[in-house]
Amino acid sequence: MSKVLMKGNEAIAEAAIQAGCRYFFGYPITPQNEIPAYMAKRLPEVGGCFIQAESEVSAINMVYGAAGAGARVMTSSSSPGISLKQEGLSYIAGAELPCVVVNMVRGGPGLGGIQPAQSDYFQATKGGGHGDYHLVVLAPSTIQEAVDLVMEGFDIADQYRNPVMILGDGMLGQMMEPVEFRPLSSKRELPPKTWATTGYTGDRPRNIINSLYIDPQVLEEHVKKIYQKYEEIKKNEVKVECYNCEDAEIIVAAYGTTARIVKSVIQKAKQEGINVGLIRPITLWPFPTSTFEEWAQREHIKAFMAVEMSMGQMVEDVRLSVNGKKPVFFYGRTGGMVPEPNAILAEIKKVIGGVLR
Amino acid sequence: MTKVFTRPKSLTDKPFHYCPGCTHGIVHRLVAEAIDELDIRERTIGVAPVGCAVFAYEYFNCDMQEAAHGRAPAVATGIKRVLPDRVVFTYQGDGDLAAIGTAEIVHAATRGENITVIFINNAIYGMTGGQMAPTTLIGQVTTTTPYGRDPGKAGYPIRMSEMLATLEGVAYIERVSIHDIKHINQAKRAIKKAFETQLAGKGFSMVEVLSTCPTNWGMTPVEALKWLERNMIPCYPLGVKKEVK
Repeated sequence: MSKVLMKGNEAIAEAAIQAGCRYFFGYPITPQNEIPAYMAKRLPEVGGCFIQAESEVSAINMVYGAAGAGARVMTSSSSPGISLKQEGLSYIAGAELPCVVVNMVRGGPGLGGIQPAQSDYFQATKGGGHGDYHLVVLAPSTIQEAVDLVMEGFDIADQYRNPVMILGDGMLGQMMEPVEFRPLSSKRELPPKTWATTGYTGDRPRNIINSLYIDPQVLEEHVKKIYQKYEEIKKNEVKVECYNCEDAEIIVAAYGTTARIVKSVIQKAKQEGINVGLIRPITLWPFPTSTFEEWAQREHIKAFMAVEMSMGQMVEDVRLSVNGKKPVFFYGRTGGMVPEPNAILAEIKKVIGGVLR
Repeated sequence: MTKVFTRPKSLTDKPFHYCPGCTHGIVHRLVAEAIDELDIRERTIGVAPVGCAVFAYEYFNCDMQEAAHGRAPAVATGIKRVLPDRVVFTYQGDGDLAAIGTAEIVHAATRGENITVIFINNAIYGMTGGQMAPTTLIGQVTTTTPYGRDPGKAGYPIRMSEMLATLEGVAYIERVSIHDIKHINQAKRAIKKAFETQLAGKGFSMVEVLSTCPTNWGMTPVEALKWLERNMIPCYPLGVKKEVK
């Protein structure tokens, strides 16, 4: 299939349809409005169903019902709306339902702004809602990668019966790039949805979609079972890109849009004789801890620096992974401000000049 | 010997956890009988609420989903849109449907979602120990209206059936009571009609059932039934609020 020029939000919506998603429940919020609009137009063409819900709360609960009925289903929103979805996400994780949720992150807290940000990292990776659970969090840095990850995200969700979040930002949603809708490189054996509530005809036990376990012993067992699943996910699903790390003296950790900017910083730095590497987590949960561990042991790596569009959230996971073996620095802009390559380079030079030489 | 009374097929043999004299058991049975009589059990999916009926998924012998507090109509919408040929019902209390889930019920109704809602109005929060519900009567004492519900401070009882009956997406709404045999039979007819409305594809159907909570009302079961008749029916008039023929 040839490449087409598409806006990030629309490409993500089309990728979901290509992945077999036929149900979408959304609510308007900037900067993700092209996703529900695209779905409203496209889903009826493929025999699917779009509903503009009365709130994000309602939309995520429609996702719960549809996922529980065995369908491939998606919702999307942006930061304040994703906060409203946290109740539903906790129930969905507790009831072990597969679905894909897109967050085109904008600046916060509160109503914040509508420009790109990465300040929902904690919410996305540490739970977000109440209780012991995780989302699988995928962070694309190009529209092509977003398309590929949405398609794989549905498979991951189905394989592990767990919600998957696509963590983008306003930049990724609004820009245009050429993309190709291509089949997934790895074909997964997906378990049949024998647990779905499709009607109790007697050929299987009665199906109940539920997250209530009133007996604490039983609830503990249930949560432990979910956490065994998370161990499997950690073992099988970590995705990370290491770029120019071999001869680097400092490694920058960045994801999504910020990682693109860092790549151009790396070229600039090279011209000035500074060798900078990049570790780009593609899965934010599970976090590529062992990749950081390995590079932290290399002698030529003198320091790490996390660059984010936040006041410093992923940097905490970088520190945990580097585990004191090398110093970890941070540079970030927030509130919708995007870090400029020159500013990042200046920070890198400061670290190299001040601390390392 | 002929068996003249038996458990409906649509109820499991799990003993109800409800308090003595609670009318949830009656309504569960009426819903189950209606499902049996229409022979739709194998294609019915129920949605349980948060509240005293939170374990409804253990009692109705069909596939069930347990929803978050107030979200049952949204969950039911998701199920029905994926499986339009199945019968989908929610079973919700007054706190669930008329307080925290107001947005969900109003918009499911106005969309004309082809689902059936069984709405239990007992004018109080049962599961959490007797707090004021949106349907609590003026002057009624609860743990959060210890001096009686004062409309100046806590507002007025909400009449959901009348409110929802104004919406075009609604096909059938009736308010019934279970305080005596005659009214229980009427409630049964209404519940069956609500499911028939869905089977006919007419749109949103709801039956509001005036019910008792002897435990949190601080009454014997018999006193509670009398209190319902004397105090609730004047505030919540029985009858069909809307019916699309």
